[in-house]
Amino acid sequence: MLRDITIGQYYPADSVIHKLDPRTKLMATLVYILSLFLFRNVAGFAAVTLWLALVIWLSKVPFGYMVRGLKAVVIILLITVLFNLFLTPGETLVSFWKLRITEEGLKNAAFMAVRLIYLILGSSILTLTTTPNQLTDGLEKSLKPLNKIHVPVHEIAMMMSIALRFIPILIEETDKIMKAQLARGADFESGNLVKKAKEMVPLLVPLFISAFRRANDLALAMEARCYHGGEGRTKMKPLKYKHVDFLVYLAAAGYFMAVILLRRLW
Amino acid sequence: MSIILDKVNYVYSEKTAYEIHALKDVSLKINDGEFIGIIGHTGSGKSTLIQHLNGLVKASSGGIYYNGQDIDDDDYNRKELRSKVGLVFQYPEHQLFETTVFADVCFGPKNQGLSRKQSELKAFTALRSVRLPEDYWYRSPFELSGGQKRRAAIAGVLAMEPEVLVLDEPTAGLDPKGRDEILDLVAKLHKERRMTVILVSHSMEDVAKYVGRLIVMNRGSVMYDGTPAEVFAHYQELEEVGLAAPQVTYLMHELRGRGIPANGTATTLEEAKQSILQAFSEKR
Ligand SMILES: Nc1ncnc2c1ncn2[C@@H]1O[C@H](COP(=O)(O)OP(=O)(O)O)[C@@H](O)[C@H]1O
Ligand SMILES: [Mg+2]
Repeated sequence: MLRDITIGQYYPADSVIHKLDPRTKLMATLVYILSLFLFRNVAGFAAVTLWLALVIWLSKVPFGYMVRGLKAVVIILLITVLFNLFLTPGETLVSFWKLRITEEGLKNAAFMAVRLIYLILGSSILTLTTTPNQLTDGLEKSLKPLNKIHVPVHEIAMMMSIALRFIPILIEETDKIMKAQLARGADFESGNLVKKAKEMVPLLVPLFISAFRRANDLALAMEARCYHGGEGRTKMKPLKYKHVDFLVYLAAAGYFMAVILLRRLW
Repeated sequence: MSIILDKVNYVYSEKTAYEIHALKDVSLKINDGEFIGIIGHTGSGKSTLIQHLNGLVKASSGGIYYNGQDIDDDDYNRKELRSKVGLVFQYPEHQLFETTVFADVCFGPKNQGLSRKQSELKAFTALRSVRLPEDYWYRSPFELSGGQKRRAAIAGVLAMEPEVLVLDEPTAGLDPKGRDEILDLVAKLHKERRMTVILVSHSMEDVAKYVGRLIVMNRGSVMYDGTPAEVFAHYQELEEVGLAAPQVTYLMHELRGRGIPANGTATTLEEAKQSILQAFSEKR
């Protein structure tokens, strides 16, 4: 039940995108997100769509799997579309009751919907094709320069990767505890808010205890292996750019330029 | 009175990249008053199987009948089923949460809707029958040792007075003494209360001594189902799937191989002793 949460899940496959350096993917995602907010006509839209379709195809992640992530934002999407549709001033197309739809409103709503959907699809490609470890590694290395101004980049990255690592473990644990209490007749659904909050106690106490125990064990295990922070620490698998990464950087730069140039049309 | 499983299949994370077919066409009939052992290597589907017995997980396909009623029926009272089929999970840490052991054991009966007095009476009886010394009753469950936590967890389920007791690897992580104590306790419950007991384990030695019927799981299917003697007769096949028969089985076959008429179906130390003594006295 709880395991069906797919946010930020990794989808193992053997594709070019999976094998890219995480820094390349982070940069490309950033460029892509910027481009989403830059295009403002159909030509730009076509360029973005083409780019997205190409990446989805290359990633070998089933399209249906990606679309699932959209379910979570359907409400936000609807609200945005409705606001844009009805509240944009301009030339009236249709009007009924007190509402009116303008040409600009229609255009804004359509572009906004596309932007949101593309934003989620694009960023889910990043998490679907990159393991949490790679992602934090890439982030750590990309942000390294901030070390100079005393931002604890390594520590932040380490905390992030531990947190990400623990999410599935805690979900699994919650599932098991829930079953153990259900077996003793616990009921997590019925009743009013107060009763529901009370019913969480048999679930939360074992969960917290186990989380603290795990954290403690992990700290001891790191200590026992002489972990002392990022200073002078080397990696077993250091990140290294390959030829294909440079090609992707070039392609991303070309794509970005194309989107900017297309803005000048119309 | 019985539990019937009819071609039960179960798939975890269906239709995703992580799909696992954990149970494949499992059909079983569990009769009243039986003492059953379920063995199989890790990941063979033992835990998944027993979670079907009280409706904690819903079969992907197939039917489960408790006393002739389909537990998947919409109007079937699954909450009541859970107090009839008591399931003790592998890790007591997953269920102990109250401030004292006694309060924790009261949790089950309270959920059944009993009054405080009645719940406490049930808890008292249950803690007595698992032989947890009274000094521990009013301590925090987290101060107990591994074996004591297991007892407290078993008491927590016994307090609901189930008709069937299912235990998932109750001896994992215990020392030999703690292991024997828990198993003796379970055997006593079976004998004195005529309770149906299902014991999940991955140790052949554990179960051979106690159970009347043995079910061997392998990769989600039932591989063998019979008395321990019948099952261990297949000791070579068991080895191929990473399990082993009790050591006496090997000894008996070795003896037979050397021409001594020992009983090849002996599975416990006691049976083996009898049969060897007999074989030698006949020889003389
Ligand atoms: N909650 C779960 N989600 C996904 N897969 C699971 C889950 N629980 C068990 N599995 C998988 O199902 C299979 C059977 O597991 P399980 O029933 O726990 O076996 P056993 O108890 O015999 O060790 C294993 O391959 C295991 O990885
Ligand atoms: Mg198990």
